[in-house]
Amino acid sequence: MNLWPWILLACILAFATKLLGYLVPARLMGNPRMAAVAGTLTIGLLASLTVVNTLATGQALVLDARLGALAAAAAALWLRAPFLVVVLCGAAAAAGLRLLGWG
Amino acid sequence: MSFLSSPAARVGLSISLATGLYGISFGALSVAAGLDFWQTQVLSLLLFSGGSQFAFVGIIAGGGTGAAAMGAAALLGIRNGVYGMQLNALLRPRGWRKVVSAHVTIDESTATSTGQTDTREQRIGFWVAGGGVFVLWNVFTAAGALLGNALGDPRQWGLDGAAVAAFLGLLWPRIRARQAAGIAVLCALATVLAVPVLPPGIPILVAALVAGLIGWFRHRPATAGMEPDVEPYAHREKP
Repeated sequence: MNLWPWILLACILAFATKLLGYLVPARLMGNPRMAAVAGTLTIGLLASLTVVNTLATGQALVLDARLGALAAAAAALWLRAPFLVVVLCGAAAAAGLRLLGWG
Repeated sequence: MSFLSSPAARVGLSISLATGLYGISFGALSVAAGLDFWQTQVLSLLLFSGGSQFAFVGIIAGGGTGAAAMGAAALLGIRNGVYGMQLNALLRPRGWRKVVSAHVTIDESTATSTGQTDTREQRIGFWVAGGGVFVLWNVFTAAGALLGNALGDPRQWGLDGAAVAAFLGLLWPRIRARQAAGIAVLCALATVLAVPVLPPGIPILVAALVAGLIGWFRHRPATAGMEPDVEPYAHREKP
């Protein structure tokens, strides 16, 4: 499968979306319904991405070392660790669990 | 005034380093998913939005189509449009600055800028974080893509675990309020239910639809909207 057309289209759409934001008159930002949708959409997307990256392998739901990464990241966030430390905890947990032979 | 005496510049630099290093993970995962070096680099140079990039290569890695990957990447990029609206009102860039600002409008530059109270600091934060992440993210994407094959399976190094942690890290500060946490749980549940029955990438769109509908119908004036209709823990003492 040639991915180039999809990659370039994704790049164009990403930039167009960003630029569109800058072309919206500032006064429209006051619309509470649009602000609410923007807020919930971001939460929903990030929650869904977290789940997909933790559990999904294709169309299968799999419990493996990534679950350990999620737990380690949550613990790090609970302890108010900086972003970089959180990411490293996730990587270390997944790598460590695989080293022990799980997932 | 020296550059480093600006608080926004310091925050911007540390965020640039943290996020930039994470580009190694993207580069390695991308070539492991089957993209070649230049496809990987073009995503970091031109698409330049971590969440969208990981979604794109994640869907390809999971056996999804290019169309599904593009759709999820585009949908995840919608929040950058929202950031653009906020930053346009905040920083008021003109002419070519508007175009460059748009390109480096991402989670990190928006967060660094809007976290400042002084107008000058808001500008410094935006450009240091936006420019810094752009440079380092691209350098480390190249490193990850080149090392990727030498490193073998990126899962062995826990790089898929790094992706999980990063998305949770981006979600975490947004779900302090109970209603926000409820939306996250509902969307996570919708995703789990959708994964086995829909093609890869589509479950994220299902969650987005659920989230969008909640936002559309639940919007209330500021504080009132953050309280649930039914108090599920009414028997407990309020903190």
